[in-house]
Amino acid sequence: MSATTAVRPLAVGPSPGRSALVLGGGVVVLTVVAAAAVAAGTSGVGLADVVAIIVHRLTGIGPATWPSSAETIVWELRVPRVVTGMVVGAGLACAGTVFQALLRNPMADPYIIGPAAGASLGAVTALSLPIVAVTWLGIGLVQLFAFVGGLLAVVAVLAIARGRGGTPVVTLLLAGYAVSALLSAGVALLIFSSGDRLGAVIGWLLGSLAGASWTRVAIAGPLIVAAFSLLLLRWRSMNVLLLGEAHAEVLGVDLEREKRLLVGLAALATSAAVAVSGTIGFVGLVVPHLVRLVVGPDHRLLLPAAMLYGAALLVLADLGARLAGGVPVGVVTAILGAPFFLWLLRRSVTSGGIVR
Amino acid sequence: MSDPVVSLAEVAAGYDAADGWRPVLDRVSLQVRHGERLALLGANGSGKTTLLGVMAGTIDPFAGTVALCGRPLAEWSRGELARTVTVLPQSLELPAGFRVAEVVAMGRTPHARRWFGWDADDQRAVTDALRDADAADLADRPVTQLSGGERQRVLVALALAQEPTLLLMDEPTTHMDVAHAAALLGSLARLQRARELTIVAVLHDLVLAGAWAPRVVVLDGGRIAADGPPATALSAEVARRAYGVPMETIVTEAGRHIVVPHLPAGLGDLPGDRS
Repeated sequence: MSATTAVRPLAVGPSPGRSALVLGGGVVVLTVVAAAAVAAGTSGVGLADVVAIIVHRLTGIGPATWPSSAETIVWELRVPRVVTGMVVGAGLACAGTVFQALLRNPMADPYIIGPAAGASLGAVTALSLPIVAVTWLGIGLVQLFAFVGGLLAVVAVLAIARGRGGTPVVTLLLAGYAVSALLSAGVALLIFSSGDRLGAVIGWLLGSLAGASWTRVAIAGPLIVAAFSLLLLRWRSMNVLLLGEAHAEVLGVDLEREKRLLVGLAALATSAAVAVSGTIGFVGLVVPHLVRLVVGPDHRLLLPAAMLYGAALLVLADLGARLAGGVPVGVVTAILGAPFFLWLLRRSVTSGGIVR
Repeated sequence: MSDPVVSLAEVAAGYDAADGWRPVLDRVSLQVRHGERLALLGANGSGKTTLLGVMAGTIDPFAGTVALCGRPLAEWSRGELARTVTVLPQSLELPAGFRVAEVVAMGRTPHARRWFGWDADDQRAVTDALRDADAADLADRPVTQLSGGERQRVLVALALAQEPTLLLMDEPTTHMDVAHAAALLGSLARLQRARELTIVAVLHDLVLAGAWAPRVVVLDGGRIAADGPPATALSAEVARRAYGVPMETIVTEAGRHIVVPHLPAGLGDLPGDRS
């Protein structure tokens, strides 16, 4: 049949105006939250000094009229902590979005097939070693072990779940569950025998941004940005996977390759995030659902929006955690996230549909 | 043009059971030429769906050769395959939150040349697919707000957007009343001529198949029992052996010969196995 000109161009996908609104709004929200988080604190550095210090650091403009202790607090403690929060929140929200699409499971979060348990075992192992503090380029053994542990757990799950005819999603979920259970038993054993290091172990498991530093940002940040960028380029296959695996294959998706790619990149982002912050829950589960509710399921927009709002949510939660006297941020995200998620669940039940 | 679209030679295929390969197709040889409209018939378990899977490249045969457009199927990448062959799904859960045009645009996935978005070719293909599937008026509708018939048109548009050479269908008219089934098959026949498609469809209804397809292939126990125009290939005897039910030929007022099951009242005493 001969090609005809459409009467009007077909609108396919999120409109540019809507995308600009969603992403621009995300940038504004993130900026406001980040500014508040940098400005707020108990040490009494004035707002003007905070702004001046950051401007001075970024551009070199202006003479230093503040005490050097103020500069240390703002530039070496608060700003890296906020940036770490952004990076971790973005990474977790991104990984959660990918796992929810790939596993077609609304309960999927970044930790679902093992990276959290693997990272926990790695971190707790490092904390239990009779070495006090080995650091290499500012990265402690704890972070290194957590990162490697998270990745190894996912690699093991992928290898176990792979059969002759491919990697069925259900097998992937069950293998992830079993491997997580096994690794968690190891963590429990180490907790049991941790003695005077119990506090450090529990603190890591609850998740915290207190140890943030520029070095950690420099390691985790590029990994997460790289994983996100590569994942965003797979938006078509993530959308098509929503039609089910059988039809995704009809549409040209190489299922095995795509699964390994998506799981690998999402696990990379998750492990990098967990390595610098411990296992912070709910951000990776709730944010993708919330953002999907507003922007729809098209991953071209969903993925970047989830990253922006995930970053903002974690920075906000960490601000709350600091103001509440240093409560672990994982506790705050759970206290904020769980009721919200229940509300979302009730809403979707009463409106007759499932969340995804 | 000279090469057949699909060419199977001595193909044996089956599925992977716990205790090894379970053979379903037994040395099947078949050629489908460009622009043909072929109905695959046969009892449940006779190998129709397996044969369709072999043609779609989703089931690897364990013996024999399969060629698509003259090139061995093993040499085709998943993406190349998706630019040439598509499967019209019997039903598909359309993901909530998308509009019809967005789902139909997913048919362009194997053709996509841009990193984010669709080029003029994609736009044209989606517009044409929606028009040809009689779904242009549905373009902006959320996919969750479609009737059964509308969903069917959207699935046809999704398949057409892929601009395939070969369209495969596994029982596309299941769950449809005779009017809807005839309407769907009729529109597919029109599209097949207009777009010079090659269609292979698994069908259960002998009357519809005979009316729709210029060529029928009857499978019986994993082998081809008959192959040709319905008037000659689909005899009462072939159908009786393939389905294990007595059949009779009825001559319609228009002079067409159709094969129908010879059913006793109450259906109580049918001979034959129904394995």
